[in-house]
Amino acid sequence: MIEVNNLHKGFGDVKILKGISTKFYPGKTSLIIGQSGSGKTVFLKSLIGLHTPEEGFISFDGRVNTNFTTEEKRQWRQEIGMVFQGSALFDSQTVEENVMFPLKMFTKKTNSEMLDRVNFVLKRVNLENANKKLPAELSGGMQKRVAIARAIVMNPKYLFCDEPNSGLDPQTAIVIDNLIQEITEEYNITTVINTHDMNSVMEIGEKILFLKNGLKAWEGSSEDIFKTDNEAVVDFVYSSNLFKKVREAYLNETK
Amino acid sequence: MNYIEHVGKYFMMLFQVFKKPQRRRFFYESLFKEIEELGLKSLGIIMFISFFIGGVIALQTALNVDSPFIPKSLIGFAAKRSIILEFAPTFCSIILAGKVGSYITSSIGTMRVTEQIDALEVMGINSLNHLVLPKVIATVFFYPFLISLAMVLGIFGGWVAGVLSGLFSGLDYIEGLQMDFKPFLITYAMIKTLVFAFLIATVPSYHGYYVKGGSIAVGKASTKSVVWTTILIVIFNYFLTQMLLT
Repeated sequence: MIEVNNLHKGFGDVKILKGISTKFYPGKTSLIIGQSGSGKTVFLKSLIGLHTPEEGFISFDGRVNTNFTTEEKRQWRQEIGMVFQGSALFDSQTVEENVMFPLKMFTKKTNSEMLDRVNFVLKRVNLENANKKLPAELSGGMQKRVAIARAIVMNPKYLFCDEPNSGLDPQTAIVIDNLIQEITEEYNITTVINTHDMNSVMEIGEKILFLKNGLKAWEGSSEDIFKTDNEAVVDFVYSSNLFKKVREAYLNETK
Repeated sequence: MNYIEHVGKYFMMLFQVFKKPQRRRFFYESLFKEIEELGLKSLGIIMFISFFIGGVIALQTALNVDSPFIPKSLIGFAAKRSIILEFAPTFCSIILAGKVGSYITSSIGTMRVTEQIDALEVMGINSLNHLVLPKVIATVFFYPFLISLAMVLGIFGGWVAGVLSGLFSGLDYIEGLQMDFKPFLITYAMIKTLVFAFLIATVPSYHGYYVKGGSIAVGKASTKSVVWTTILIVIFNYFLTQMLLT
């Protein structure tokens, strides 16, 4: 479980996060939503340790990441998988080398053991026969799948995704969403996704955290989001007519 | 940001760069890749330029030495001195600052803006050590060979130019090459080469690593890195010459 307690973060005089507290649970897909500039990316980067909190703390199964020794930090890093918005694949390396990278760096497995593991995770993300391709030769959706494969190759306890389906067509976006959710449940991973995609919110949001101006404005499940009267959430989530209609239909159905 | 801050940040970067590599096997793989990328792929341009500039130096010297009281062997002597002292270590380093420096900045800068460096950091990898150390070692170890080759080819180019133009004989030129040979001058050139190689690897890495923005920012950083590396080479050239030769 990841526990965030009174998290504050700013850059110079600009305060981005103003005291966020929440919990993320294993085997659940949690989503962070909010308008651009609401602090989602800073929040996610704080979770993965790229930003140090100014106040408050983040604990991973009871271990506060800012208190780690160098060795503990190294160990903790290996428990983290991250899928970046632009996939962040190493463009000079093939798919196989990209996925094998963490294994080569942190394990003492033999080449054939590493290759077995790489093939296993590539198969898990439905990406077989692409081992020798370079990232530039893949479509956006395939790149995302390689990024997911690289993120899970070390069997992480925590998976973080920054807008995993941005730039993808709706069909591929759903495939990626479902893949992340399946992996989360299958390996009991604590997954946190930063997203703008309302389809994801409706489809896989077991827990949703809505940020506004660096504060937690609302928290709940995808079921709750239909019922909420929170003005900020309603304005943000139901800004399109399609989602307004979906909500109306849901509310009529559950009356 | 003012210059002092940049200098401080640069030295802090070096502190991270010179840490023990996390995985030796990985480090050696990267090192060989960098030797190929930064060294072997620069061989062609260095060989080509050295040969022709050597020829030009010899021709220019010959054309300016028209007094019958000055022995023709002085042409070989002057060409040798110019090539060993300045052309090979300094001029070639400036060429490499342009070619290799822009490559280093753009490759690291692109990794920065496409979050590849963040990906390394999230995995718990010291990205500066992982990306920059192999480049520093590759340039520092390989450039002395490259510059030595530039010296040989420059001197050879001078001989070819003289023989083909008929401005001086090959024998005069060789006599000049052997005249007053001081091995320390080679040491001096190698010391300069090592310092310049270090600058060529680290200054562009600094500009690439701390780039902010997108592709335009990477382009601007590349230009900036070439300019600053060249300026630093020229400044260090002056101080090293004063320290070592006066």
